[in-house]
Formats: sequence, structure tokens, C-alpha cells
Amino acid sequence: MTELEIMLNGEPRRLPGPATASDLLHHLGLDPRTVVVELNRKIVRRPHLDETALADGDAVELVHFVGGG
Amino acid sequence: MSTIHADPTTDLALAIGGRSFRSRLMVGTGKYRNNDQMVRAIEASGAEIVTVAVRRVDLDRSKDEGILYHLSPAQYFLLANTAGCYTADEAVRYARLAREAGFNEFVKLEVIGDRETLLPDTEGLLAAARELVADGFKVLAYTNDDLITALRLEDAGCAAVMPLASPIGSGLGLLNPYGIRTIKRRLAVPVIVDAGVGTASDACLTMEQGVDGILMNTALAEARDPVAMASAMRLAVEAGRLAFLGGRMPRREVAMPSTPSSGMLE
Repeated sequence: MTELEIMLNGEPRRLPGPATASDLLHHLGLDPRTVVVELNRKIVRRPHLDETALADGDAVELVHFVGGG
Repeated sequence: MSTIHADPTTDLALAIGGRSFRSRLMVGTGKYRNNDQMVRAIEASGAEIVTVAVRRVDLDRSKDEGILYHLSPAQYFLLANTAGCYTADEAVRYARLAREAGFNEFVKLEVIGDRETLLPDTEGLLAAARELVADGFKVLAYTNDDLITALRLEDAGCAAVMPLASPIGSGLGLLNPYGIRTIKRRLAVPVIVDAGVGTASDACLTMEQGVDGILMNTALAEARDPVAMASAMRLAVEAGRLAFLGGRMPRREVAMPSTPSSGMLE
């Protein structure tokens, strides 16, 4: 078991590796249906979450809808 | 345009980007005191189009509930905004993230140019609008009350143009009725007034200019009773729309009796 260090929503974060985008959401307890994943500035489409491997140094953004005008 | 009847049941539906909407009132979901109040106010407003924003998931809070826990995408047409974006690139990035959330290809495009007034950066707005239209988005562009920018946004392929009544969150009401009327008269795409409406009379007066709809948020969220204000806004938007369709009487500088002046006793 290795460890990955990624930038997650602007903060350094360690997680058990190897890991996919799906694993990350699961690890964080987030529902993939309500979260959009951006990996190194590119959107990871929902059907590809399972096959998208994360690497050391990746910048991951997790966004969702909040209240706004 | 076919004959317009001053009847809410025969008024043409509002069509934006190929979709048809019954309500001409659109509402935001920001700044409510709590989610329950927001949900009840939105219900009372009768709005179908409800705006939402894209932000980072808060990973430190165990109970960070997104807006979708409170609003069903089956019940409302969720319109994502790019609020808080100060460059075209940033706005395009947010729009794409919003589209990926998977509800529709509509976006309320904001490119802000100034932190104090939150007035739009029209240059960035046009650049972002062109890029998003080319990428298949239906763009509803938040802009100022300037006709030339509105015309350019229409030329860029925007599905609707959204001039402000007054600055976002100011509640100052409709500051430039002439500007809004002119934009409406000159554009073929729907004109939705966005931002600045403070109370029901502002909404009514805005709709009386002939615009196709209004989007508001703070006027409801910061009202003492948002549910009551939402009902008032629903009625005001309908009243203003009907007053526009009904066609107001001419203004006169002198009185004209309503009662016959003939038949008076000698």
C-alpha cells in the first residue's frame, strides 16, 4: 500500500493509493451524483470516475451546487 | 408576434433557448436564513427557473449539504450561475463544471468587473459568451443597462440578455427604465431583468417596461418575511406583465373629466 499526496480543493491531502477518482469520493463519503470532479483543470466525466487514476501531485477540485443568485 | 391578449391564460409562454416557461419570475437561492425558509419562499414565488452557484465542496464540515438536498431538479429548472468570476476564462471554467453536474446546458453568465459595484466586465462577458455559445451552451448573460452591449450579446448568440435594474443586492429598484425599455425594444431574444429589484412595486414597474421576466434573490432572502415577499413578487410580476399587455393610458399634463360634462343642470 502506497500513499498519494494530492492537492484537494487547494489543500495538500494524503490518501491511500493507488486510488481512482471514484475511490477519492468514496473515501470522503461524497455522492458522485452530486459532485463534479476536476482533475488538473480537466473535468472528469461521471462515467470515467472509476477508471481515472490519481497520481502524486494531482490537483483535484470537488465542486457542487450551492445557493446563489 | 401575434396579437397579444391581456389575459394571463393566453399570454405567450416565455421561451428561452428552445424551452418554454410559465412563470416570468426567476429566483435565486443565496443568502436565505435557512433552507426551509428558502424552499417555502421559492414555492410561494411560483418560479420555475431557480439559480444555483458552483463552489468547492466543504471538506472540513461533516454536514455540508449542497443545495440539491433541498431543491429537486425534477421540480425546478436549475440555472447555474458564474457569480464571483472576474475573468472570461474563470467564468467558462465554472460554466463547464456546472454543465457537468448534468441538469441542462443553460448558464447565467456573470463576469464581474468591480468588487464594490459588482458591475459586469462587458469585454470579458462578450468573450466568455462567444466561447460558451460555441461550446453549445444556452447563455443568459448578466449585463448592464447599455444597449450596445446588449446588442453585441445577442449577436454573440446568447439565448437571453439580462440587464440589471440596479446593482446586485442593492435593492435600489429600476434606475434606468428608458435603458431597459430600449434594450427590450431592440432585441429579439428574451430580456430578463436581473438584480436590483427591492420590493413588489419595483418588480411591477420593471415588468411594465415590457421585459420578458425578472430574476431576483436578495429581495426575497433579506425580506423580513421571505414567503410573504415571494407571494407579493409573484403577483407584482403578473400585474406588471398584464399592465404592459393592457397598455397604459397616455400621460397628460392637464385633467380630463371621467364623468360626462354634458347634461348638467342649467
